[in-house]
Amino acid sequence: MSILVDRSTRVIVQGITGKEGSYHAMACREYGTLVLGGVTPGKGGTVHEGFPVWDSVRDAVEAVHPDVSLIFVPPAFAADAILEAADAGIELIVCITEGIPVQDMMRVRRILDIRNEEGETIRLIGPNCPGIITPDGAKIGIMPGYIHKRGRVGVVSRSGTLTYEAVWQLTQLGLGESTCVGIGGDPIRGLNFREVLALFEKDPETEAVVMIGEIGGEDEEKAAAFARAHMTKPIIGFIAGLTAPPGRRMGHAGAIVSGGKGSARDKMKALESYGVIVVDNPSVIGQTVAETLKSGSYRRVPACHG
Amino acid sequence: MNIHEYQAKELFRSYGVSVPSGIVVDSAEEVRTLIESKTGIFGGTAQVFAVKAQIHAGGRGKAGGVKIAKNTSDIPGLVAALLGKTLVTHQTGPEGRLVRKVWIEEGAAISREFYLSLVLDRSSRRISILASTEGGMEIEEVSASHPEKILTLSVDPEIGCKGFVGRRVAAFLGLPVNLYNSFSVLLANLYRFFTETDCMMVEINPLILTGEGRLLALDAKVSFDDNALYRQDKVLALRDLFEENELEIEASKHRLNYVKLDGSIACMVNGAGLAMATMDVIALAGGTPANFLDVGGGASKETVEQAFRILLGDPAVKGIFVNIFGGIVRCERIAGGIIAAAKDVKLHVPLVVRLQGTNAKEGREMLRDSGLNLQVAEELFEGAEKIVLAVKGAK
Repeated sequence: MSILVDRSTRVIVQGITGKEGSYHAMACREYGTLVLGGVTPGKGGTVHEGFPVWDSVRDAVEAVHPDVSLIFVPPAFAADAILEAADAGIELIVCITEGIPVQDMMRVRRILDIRNEEGETIRLIGPNCPGIITPDGAKIGIMPGYIHKRGRVGVVSRSGTLTYEAVWQLTQLGLGESTCVGIGGDPIRGLNFREVLALFEKDPETEAVVMIGEIGGEDEEKAAAFARAHMTKPIIGFIAGLTAPPGRRMGHAGAIVSGGKGSARDKMKALESYGVIVVDNPSVIGQTVAETLKSGSYRRVPACHG
Repeated sequence: MNIHEYQAKELFRSYGVSVPSGIVVDSAEEVRTLIESKTGIFGGTAQVFAVKAQIHAGGRGKAGGVKIAKNTSDIPGLVAALLGKTLVTHQTGPEGRLVRKVWIEEGAAISREFYLSLVLDRSSRRISILASTEGGMEIEEVSASHPEKILTLSVDPEIGCKGFVGRRVAAFLGLPVNLYNSFSVLLANLYRFFTETDCMMVEINPLILTGEGRLLALDAKVSFDDNALYRQDKVLALRDLFEENELEIEASKHRLNYVKLDGSIACMVNGAGLAMATMDVIALAGGTPANFLDVGGGASKETVEQAFRILLGDPAVKGIFVNIFGGIVRCERIAGGIIAAAKDVKLHVPLVVRLQGTNAKEGREMLRDSGLNLQVAEELFEGAEKIVLAVKGAK
C-alpha cells in the first residue's frame, strides 16, 4: 500500500512539449510511471519523444482515461491549466510550476473547493512543489527517483531539496519511504499537511511520518493539532527558517514571517505541545525516525476520537 | 515589491480612493520655487502642511520622519532637514534608510481616525479586510490590547467586495449612516485596486473622517506579489532600486535568490528549504549566517561563480559554506562547477563544500584532488561545524 499513487496510476503531462515537461515526462517514464502522453494546445495529434500529444485535457481523458495530470505549464498559464484538468474530471492534479500569482491560486482554490463541496473529489498537489512519489511504484514529479527506497516512512514537506535530504537519510538507514508528498512552497496551495497526515494514518504500510515545514502561515500547527486528536502513528517534524529575519521572503513565496506570525520557534513549540517529535538539526531526521520506531513504545493515543 | 507612500497615493487617487493633495520633491530648492510661484497645493487655501520622508519602512513618525508645517515658509527648512538624513525606524534595522524624496501634502481637519487594510490571507485563502476604530496606532498593538476593536472579515472571490460588505465595516467603525454609501464605494475601489494590481497588502493608517464629512487616506502602504509583476508593468515602473540592497539587485540579475543577513558565514545552497535549513544549522554549530542563497537546481560553473562573487561582495563574510544536494544534476558535475568557479574567483576566505546525493563520493574525491584550499564534508551538520571552526581559526 501507499497513498494517492502506485504502479497502476495513469498519468498525463500538461505542457509535455516544453523543456521541463518533456525532460521530466521521460524521467518519470524511465522510473516506471505509466505516462500515457501529454497536452499542449495546438500540438494535438503529434508524437513527442514517443508520447502522444492532445490539444486539451478533455481529449486526453477521452483517449486514455488518466488518473493524474502533472503540470509543467509556465506561471502565466498554470492557473488555467489546473482548472482545465479539474474541468475534464481529473481527480489528482500535480502542479510543479513555480511563480504563479497568488491571487490566481486564490481563485483556483475557491473553484476547487466549490466543486468538492458539490460532491466531486479533486485533489491538487502544489503548486511550486517537487510532486509525489511512491518508491518502486510511481514517480510523478521532478524528484530524483533513485534516492528513494520503498519502505515504512511517509514524508510530507513544503520543500524540495530539503525533502531529498530527509529521504536520503531514510533510504541510507534502510527505513525507506511509503510515499513522499511535496505540498509546495506557495502561500495558497492544494493538499495541506493535515490532509496528507490523514492519508498516512490510514495507510497500513506507513509506520511513521516525517513532516518538514518552514516559516510562514500556520498550517504546520493546524496539522499537528489534527494529529494530536486523530493520529496513532509517530510524527517527526522539522521546521526550516529559525534564523530567517521577519518580513523577508526566503525563496519560497510562502516562506515569510509576517505580523509576528509564522516564526519557526513558535511552530516548533506548537508542534511539540501536540506531541510531534521535533528535531532542530535536519541531519538527524532519519536517525530520529529509526530510534522512534525501534523504541517500540511510539504508538500514540489520540487525544479524542471522531 | 514595495512602493513609496507618494506612489501609493497616486495609485489610490486613480482608483477613486481620496487622498490629500500633495507634491513630491527631492530638493529644498525645488520646493522653494514651487512655494514662490504658488504652484499646486501652495496656491490654495491650505495653511497647514504635512512634510513626510519617503522610505520603504513603517514607523517614520516616531523616528522623526514626519513634520508639520504651520506655514509655507517653514517648509523648505523642514525638507532640507529630512533630505539626506538616515532614518532609523523599527522596520529599517540599525543601518536605517537614506531619505531621497519628501512628500508634502495639505493638512486635513481630522474629526475621526480609523485603521483599514486589505491583506491576502493565506489562512482563509481569501482577501481579508481588517478595520479598526483605533486609527493611527500600530495594528499589532491594538490586536494585543483590544482585539474587540478590530473587525476581520474575508471576501469571497466569487462574490467580490459588494455593498453589504462595505456597510458591515462602516457599521463596525460607527460611521454615520449617511456615510455608509461613500465608505462602501471607497472599500470597493480599494478592493478593485488590490485585485487589478496583484497586491499582497494595502494599509491605510489612518483613514480619516474630515470635519466636512470626507473620507481621506492620510497614509498609504502597499506591497505587491512578486510572482505577478510580469503582468504589472505600471507597478514595476514604480520600483525604487535605492530601497533595495545592492547585492540583492545584482543577484536577481543572475536569477539567484539572495537575501543579505547580518552574520559572517556565507552559504550557497540548491533549493529554498535546504537553504533555510543550512542557515539554521550554521547557527546550531555556533556561527551566524551571512545570507540566504538559493542557486536553484543546476549549480553550473557560471551560476556558482556568480554566487561566489555576490557572497564575497559582502565585507562581513569570513567563510563560505556550499551545501548541495545532488539530485537530477549529479554531484561530480556540481563538483566540477565549484572547482572551476573557485579557481576563477580568487577565494580569500575558508571554503567548506558539502556534497550529498547522486554520485556524491565521486564529487567529493574530485574536490579533494583539486588542489584547492577547501574542506569537504559528507553530512550537513559536519559541514557547518567545519566552517564555523575554520572561521574561528582564521581570526
